[in-house]
Amino acid sequence: METKVATVKMRDITKTFGSVIANDKVWLDIYKGEILALLGENGSGKTTLMNMLSGIYYPDEGDIFINDQKVVIRSPKDAFDHGIGMIHQHFKLVDVLTAAENITLGLDGKLDLKAAAKKIRQICDSYGFEVDPNQKVYDMSVSQKQTVEIVKVLFRGADILILDEPTAVLTPQETDKLFAVLRNMRNDGKAIVIITHKMHEVEDLSDRVAILRHGQFVGDMPTKDTNAQEMTNMMVGHAVTLNIARPEPVNPRPRIEVKDLTVRSIDGILKLQDVSFTAMSGEILGIAGISGSGQKELLEAIAGLQPVEKGSVSYIEDDGTRDELLGKDPLDIAEKGITLSFVPEDRLGMGLVGGMDLSDNMMLRSFRKGRSVFTDRKSPATLARRVVKELEVKTPGIETPVRKLSGGNVQKVLVGREIASAPTVLLTAYAVRGLDINSSHTIYDLINQQKQKGVAVIYVGEDLDVLLELCDRILVLCAGKVSGIVPGRGAKKRDVGMMMTRLGGNANE
Amino acid sequence: MNKTRQPLFHIVKRGETPWYFGWGVRAISIVLALLCCGLITTLVTGENPFQFFATVIDGSFGSSRKFMVLLQNTAMLLCIALALTPAFKMRFWNIGGEGQALAGALAAAACMILMKDLPNLVVIPCMVVTSLLAGAVWGAVPAFFKAKFGTNETLFTLMMNYVATQIVAYFSVVWENPKGSGSIGVINPISKIGWFPDLFGSKYALNIIIVVLVTVGMFIYLNYTKHGYEISVVGESERTARYIGIKVEKIVIRTMLISGAICGLAGLLLVGGTNHTLNSAIVDGRGFTAVMVSWLAKFNPIWMVLTSFLLVFLQRGAGEIATDFGLNASFGDILTGVILFFIIGGEFFITYKLILTKSSKKEEK
Repeated sequence: METKVATVKMRDITKTFGSVIANDKVWLDIYKGEILALLGENGSGKTTLMNMLSGIYYPDEGDIFINDQKVVIRSPKDAFDHGIGMIHQHFKLVDVLTAAENITLGLDGKLDLKAAAKKIRQICDSYGFEVDPNQKVYDMSVSQKQTVEIVKVLFRGADILILDEPTAVLTPQETDKLFAVLRNMRNDGKAIVIITHKMHEVEDLSDRVAILRHGQFVGDMPTKDTNAQEMTNMMVGHAVTLNIARPEPVNPRPRIEVKDLTVRSIDGILKLQDVSFTAMSGEILGIAGISGSGQKELLEAIAGLQPVEKGSVSYIEDDGTRDELLGKDPLDIAEKGITLSFVPEDRLGMGLVGGMDLSDNMMLRSFRKGRSVFTDRKSPATLARRVVKELEVKTPGIETPVRKLSGGNVQKVLVGREIASAPTVLLTAYAVRGLDINSSHTIYDLINQQKQKGVAVIYVGEDLDVLLELCDRILVLCAGKVSGIVPGRGAKKRDVGMMMTRLGGNANE
Repeated sequence: MNKTRQPLFHIVKRGETPWYFGWGVRAISIVLALLCCGLITTLVTGENPFQFFATVIDGSFGSSRKFMVLLQNTAMLLCIALALTPAFKMRFWNIGGEGQALAGALAAAACMILMKDLPNLVVIPCMVVTSLLAGAVWGAVPAFFKAKFGTNETLFTLMMNYVATQIVAYFSVVWENPKGSGSIGVINPISKIGWFPDLFGSKYALNIIIVVLVTVGMFIYLNYTKHGYEISVVGESERTARYIGIKVEKIVIRTMLISGAICGLAGLLLVGGTNHTLNSAIVDGRGFTAVMVSWLAKFNPIWMVLTSFLLVFLQRGAGEIATDFGLNASFGDILTGVILFFIIGGEFFITYKLILTKSSKKEEK
């Protein structure tokens, strides 16, 4: 190839967690002046590999060379000494400190915030960032926080940057901005590694892709020589289709009517304001919005988990009778004979019990049945076996704690349980977050099946491309208000992206 | 050419291990603990180390009386450990077993003293009801405040211990017998009102049988009932519990009522079954040792039989050493501490392993 220098060489890197082999003799080269997209399904070991480069984990076997020098990276500090900086999915910032304070935190030498602020401005100017060194972190948007993380890494002189799913929390506009900055850095000769699941971003941004599958290195190639289909096939190991089906709604009737819903958090912050809409049976209603715009509160209010300031949520039966859901807890709702299923965002912390096995998790919904003081363990076990078989859950058995399953399989177990009760309403929050392509498509199929059975589906999503392909109608939330409801067919990504941000600027003042 | 030295070792989590691995490690820890104790004793006293082990065993199995005391102490410790377990499974750190058992003991003693002219047929049922109730209340008070106001249960249950101790100390003076002694002597020594009947000629047998029943009952309660399932869910994730409509506050209070009541039962057995008196040291720190019994057995009531037996055996051995070799009681405590250090340290090696870094010779290839 050209005269590019491999600045990082990872050779035969192996890392195991208990009996799980996260990385198996992985070879990876990272070049200067290049953006490398690291691809792979969930659990293929991308993040583990990068964590070893940034000093979070220590490899069991294998060597790391930086500029042809063999190095030992024992801690994030060692990593910084070698010019490696990682921007994690979950930001590691101190909320009550300013940007400059966060950036200088933990550095040796005399603390000189003025000089630091000057250097921060310099960095920002050269790459096109916008950071106010004196702004407190708690006043920042997600994208600003991310910028601080990137500047923090650059401030410490990193010239190898690793970004773990940086766009998961950004709007399309913010993503564009980030990518512009990353390109500037590449042109400045920095080596950049980006972990992402979104194919169009890979094609848009990266110069080269490297693919991991089941902890092993599958191959790498220049991005311009490949396409989304080929990359996906390499990740999964066999050919897959990338289109999401969208059947026509079946006999839609009003099912859930939300009126003037207003919710405040415990600290008195307005989370939802006068939200009104109707969800129809046999239809998928998408909810779009920047994360934290009130999606969680909306679903939890409908499910009876969120105290509400005012408004109403009515459940409308086929014959037109209405039941008010507000003021009822999940048990009351179930006792009314309404089967409302909810796939929450926090799968292991809310939807399932991580330490319990598949069978006991199936029992969560059904254990109250019957008068006996003893639990019936047979029917949950039968259900667990059925879900494993029908949804192709990869698990050693139904006695395995769900925590030990991979993200996609955890979600299959949760969705499988929720649809097993033949719901009339299905609420899903970020149903495919962190899932690889294969598992995502299984989930889309399941949701579509429910829709065709006449279930009213409310689908909170973050990937606009998916929302536009899957949903019949899309409700756009902006800072807790309804920014608009658009039909899914024919909606433009730009427009929806604009609706996500338009109200935000004013509402926050 | 390495700029930084490679770390000497690093810690790695073990994968699935067969069940005998864990028990093997535990057995090795105990052997090492005993060897270490033997070494310390030999160094301090100059005695023959074999004499040391003989004395340890003699402490528990030396005579049939010693053996029955061993079983009785095991049963009492086990009873409180069983009481704490449902709370622990719910991640409610009840370290108030001491106070809850004392409350039960106080109630039992009160019945014996105040109803000394009534027949046993009336007194003993009264003792049972009041002591279970007293323990339950002592356990439910912190639970109520935790459920309603989010107070810290660890501090609260701990404080309740001191309250119980002081109340018992107060009544020790109110009911002192003989006058001026400042303590309650044996209650109803002649009429034996409120004394539990001997079984098989031993005053310990009834206690032991009751605790065996409680063990089986607790095992079934935790593993096969709806209540037990709710406790597990609340313990693993309160948010999941709310999500499926479990009323967490209700479960917390209900479980602590049960936990406290069984502690109260332990107090009842101590007063009515064996000691027939009351003082503020009657529970003898079992409320705290029980925490360890429960944890070491991973909250499994059946394994708890083993862990409580082990702890009592080692404690009695250490005590025997102290008396036999003419050392004071603190030496027994030192040995107990050494033993616990090894047992708890063993748990680390069951979950993790150390990997020595191989000197990298790959460059030569």
